[in-house]
Amino acid sequence: MGKPNDLVQGTLDLLILKTIALEPKHGWAIAKRIQQISREVLQVQQGSLYPALHRLEQKAWIKAKWKETETGRQAKFYSLTAAGRAQLEKEAANWSRLSAAINLVVETP
Amino acid sequence: MLWIRRFLLRLQTLFRRHRSAQRLNDEVQFHLDVQIVENLAAGMSPQEARYAAMRIFGNPTFLKEEARHTWGWLWLEHLAHDFRHGLRALRKNFGFTAVAVLTLALGIGANTAIFQLIDALRLRAIPVKEPQQLFTVQLASTIGVRGDQASRYPVLTNPVWEKLRDQQDVFSGVLAWGSNSFGLTPAGEGRLAQGLFVSGDFFHVLGVRSLLGRVFTASDDRPGCGLPGAVVSYAFWQRELGGDPSAIGHKLTLNNHPVEIIGVTPPGFFGLEVGSSYDVAVPICSQAVLWSEGTWLDEGTVWWLNVMGRLKPGTTPEKANAQLAVISPAIFQATLPSNYPGESVKDYLKFKLEAVPGASGVSWLRDQYSESLSLLLGTASLVLLIACANLANLMLARATTREHEFTVRFAIGASRGRLIRHSMTESLLLALLGSALGLFLAGALSKFLVASLGMEGDAPFLDLKPDWRLLAFTFGLASLTCILFGLVPALRASRVSPAEAFKSAGRTATASRKRFGFRQGLVVSQVALSLVLVVGALLFSGSLRNLLAVDAGFSQKGVVIAGLDLFRRLNVPYAGRVAFKQDLLQKIRALPGVVSAAEVEILPLSGNGTINEVWIEGTNPGSRLDSLFNSVSDGYFKAMGIALLAGRDFSPQDTVSSPKVAIVNQTFARKLGLGTSPIGKTFRRQATPSEPEQSFEIVGLVADTKYSSLREEFRPIAFLSTSQDPRPGPSAQLVIRSAAPIAETVSNVRGLVAQASPLITLGFQPFETTILEGLTRERLMAKVSGFFGLLAALIAAVGLYGVMSYLVAQRTNEFGIRVALGAQRADVLSLVLRNAALLLAPGLALGAFLSVAAAQAARAMLFGLKPSDPGVLVAAITGLGLVALLASFLPARRAMRVDPMVALRYE
Repeated sequence: MGKPNDLVQGTLDLLILKTIALEPKHGWAIAKRIQQISREVLQVQQGSLYPALHRLEQKAWIKAKWKETETGRQAKFYSLTAAGRAQLEKEAANWSRLSAAINLVVETP
Repeated sequence: MLWIRRFLLRLQTLFRRHRSAQRLNDEVQFHLDVQIVENLAAGMSPQEARYAAMRIFGNPTFLKEEARHTWGWLWLEHLAHDFRHGLRALRKNFGFTAVAVLTLALGIGANTAIFQLIDALRLRAIPVKEPQQLFTVQLASTIGVRGDQASRYPVLTNPVWEKLRDQQDVFSGVLAWGSNSFGLTPAGEGRLAQGLFVSGDFFHVLGVRSLLGRVFTASDDRPGCGLPGAVVSYAFWQRELGGDPSAIGHKLTLNNHPVEIIGVTPPGFFGLEVGSSYDVAVPICSQAVLWSEGTWLDEGTVWWLNVMGRLKPGTTPEKANAQLAVISPAIFQATLPSNYPGESVKDYLKFKLEAVPGASGVSWLRDQYSESLSLLLGTASLVLLIACANLANLMLARATTREHEFTVRFAIGASRGRLIRHSMTESLLLALLGSALGLFLAGALSKFLVASLGMEGDAPFLDLKPDWRLLAFTFGLASLTCILFGLVPALRASRVSPAEAFKSAGRTATASRKRFGFRQGLVVSQVALSLVLVVGALLFSGSLRNLLAVDAGFSQKGVVIAGLDLFRRLNVPYAGRVAFKQDLLQKIRALPGVVSAAEVEILPLSGNGTINEVWIEGTNPGSRLDSLFNSVSDGYFKAMGIALLAGRDFSPQDTVSSPKVAIVNQTFARKLGLGTSPIGKTFRRQATPSEPEQSFEIVGLVADTKYSSLREEFRPIAFLSTSQDPRPGPSAQLVIRSAAPIAETVSNVRGLVAQASPLITLGFQPFETTILEGLTRERLMAKVSGFFGLLAALIAAVGLYGVMSYLVAQRTNEFGIRVALGAQRADVLSLVLRNAALLLAPGLALGAFLSVAAAQAARAMLFGLKPSDPGVLVAAITGLGLVALLASFLPARRAMRVDPMVALRYE
């Protein structure tokens, strides 16, 4: 129940960091964005985003700000901190290395 | 910088937890609302849209909890929650809480109080700079020590001290002190101050600076110094001078000599004797002035100075001892007193000094009470153990009634760890409350204990301010008790099986039977431990009774002791002193009611004593006998109620110039082979520092009496006549037997003495009181162990009552059925009592075994009783058994009165 479906452990952090790298987003938008970009392949259980977001916030990799949305409601927008940006680069590089290695193993006849 | 940010974030979630939680709620609600709006836009019905949003989101309560978990404060929230819940539960069960806290407080309080005394007496170092470097310098062996020993501690003579001071290169500094009391008031009945004669370097070597004025230096302490000044303790400065900052230069009167205060020591410094506090310190050289009866400074046979040295940095005690061994022969060679008895000279020249650790100072109190206090601490910890067993029992009983609650909580998702934690929190609360109250009780209890260690109006001084050791002890005790009485019930409570417990929501059969076994085990151990304490109490009170009933050979009833300071200010030459005292005694004997009055040098059981070798002239040296000596005037044996078996009493006709006479006791006569008719025989006494070897003619034979302690066997005693003493001392001790009330005798004697001379001061004490004071330790042990024994028996009885009540409640319907089937009420009663006896019997058997083992530790303190005294054991078993049966009789009677109809209907 606590883990996102079909997601490799630890990758949720990477996805979140990547998703908000360009502009601040609130939780729902992050979930939506991950779903869209991954062409509906990554089915993130939306609620499990929040423990992850709070954990990242406590680590000071992301910061949050309450702002008004287009509809006029208050929402909590998350954006990257400098430390978060460094962490994103590190994790993205890690991921590339890992996935390339796995590809290599899987696709070798 | 990152960690600062993180830290601030943590703080924010801690101190604005409610706001943070609210924000989290808003955030999740916003998410759901946006999703619902999107779902509606996709054409769902409102209900469907809501449901789909919830489904894709997951369990919001759980996820919010997970998010809060990342804040890192959930453990604190749980703790706070458990504490609140625990407090509520304790408040609700006020009776249980009160009993639990009170028994714990008594147990913890008793332990803490005794530990506090042990801490002050034994564990703490003396309050000086780096006390571990201090070593006591003493004689390695005291064989051949002759002369007067003026201290309870290992001491040296002043000539030896001076030689050591001047010749040693072993220590970085050496110091010496001798204690004495000084009269403070110029006239009348003297208030006394605890005095110290200190070497010039005393304070410097100890590293004690003055709070006001200055302390002594080496130049203050030189021969012929007179009275160069006095350094007073902080307590004395506060008490006598009201803490006056201008006290320096103020004049004091010590033994009628004026002396100027030159300094005040800081509050923490009480001297080097643990158990007493000094008031006034003067240099050693002042002894010559303060003592009207001559100086001790050149006396090679008066042993009165405690000596200590501060080890040089880098040396070891072994090296110091080796160096002391090297310099010893020269020191004793140079100080051999001219009056040292010839036969002991070779021993004197062989004396060797040694250094032993002195960081804890000297303490007669410690030597006297160490063993007693350890025993009492053991006893008190047993009481605490019994109290813990009792509490564990109560907690288990409560756990049983709350089984259902725990089952439900477990079923709805509480983890076992969480249940245990919850249960332990309650125990911890009880333990903390108990120790807080215990700490409070301990303060009063330790003061009471210290007061009962002392003599009337002269309580020992012990620094009882709580320190880290005491707090650590109490806290450790609280945690330990908490684990002892809380863990098993908590573990058991958490071991619930929801399925089984739900099946039988009410009374469970098998599970609780097993649990009950543990509770029975607790009661058995409680009974066993209580028996140990009851046996201890009986042994100590029995010993005290035996000591009080011991035939000491004299009768103390109706005897009052008068201490007179006769010739310190009243100037009477030696030659006139005997006649002066005879005259005073004659007048006292003529007072109404007075049966007899006499002078005595050494009061029986006072702990003082003189011992010398005696022999019959012409016999070989192997038949020499160590005999005790005492000097008394005529009328002493009559006053003390000692039977004169043959011959005559002393008389005023025995004078300095007439042949020396002695009266001996039966043991003396027997051991010297004089049989039952020693009258007219002559014995010789070895030379002493003050008198040569000489002969005494035995003129009387008296019954045996105890000399220094009630515990000792009768020893040989020779009584000499005070009227044959060529140099009577300045003070005198009188024993007065009177048929009149003591108060009347006292005021009559006071009147007589005042008439004789206003320069004489005096004090009184009934002899019975003196003897009781000599039994302080025994009385303390009897009192405290008696209290503990009673407490233990009471707690054990409560424990048994609780278990039996539970058992009766559990089996109510069984009893109902039995009665319905024709069992007599008496049968039910005996059934329950048999059950109680089944718990009691193994407890008492185990207890008897433990008692015999434990009592061995107290063997040395018992008198007239063996540790495994069968009478005591039987009495303890019977007593405790009766109390316990009485405690189980109440539940048994309840069982007997069970109405079968009610019991059956309940099922």
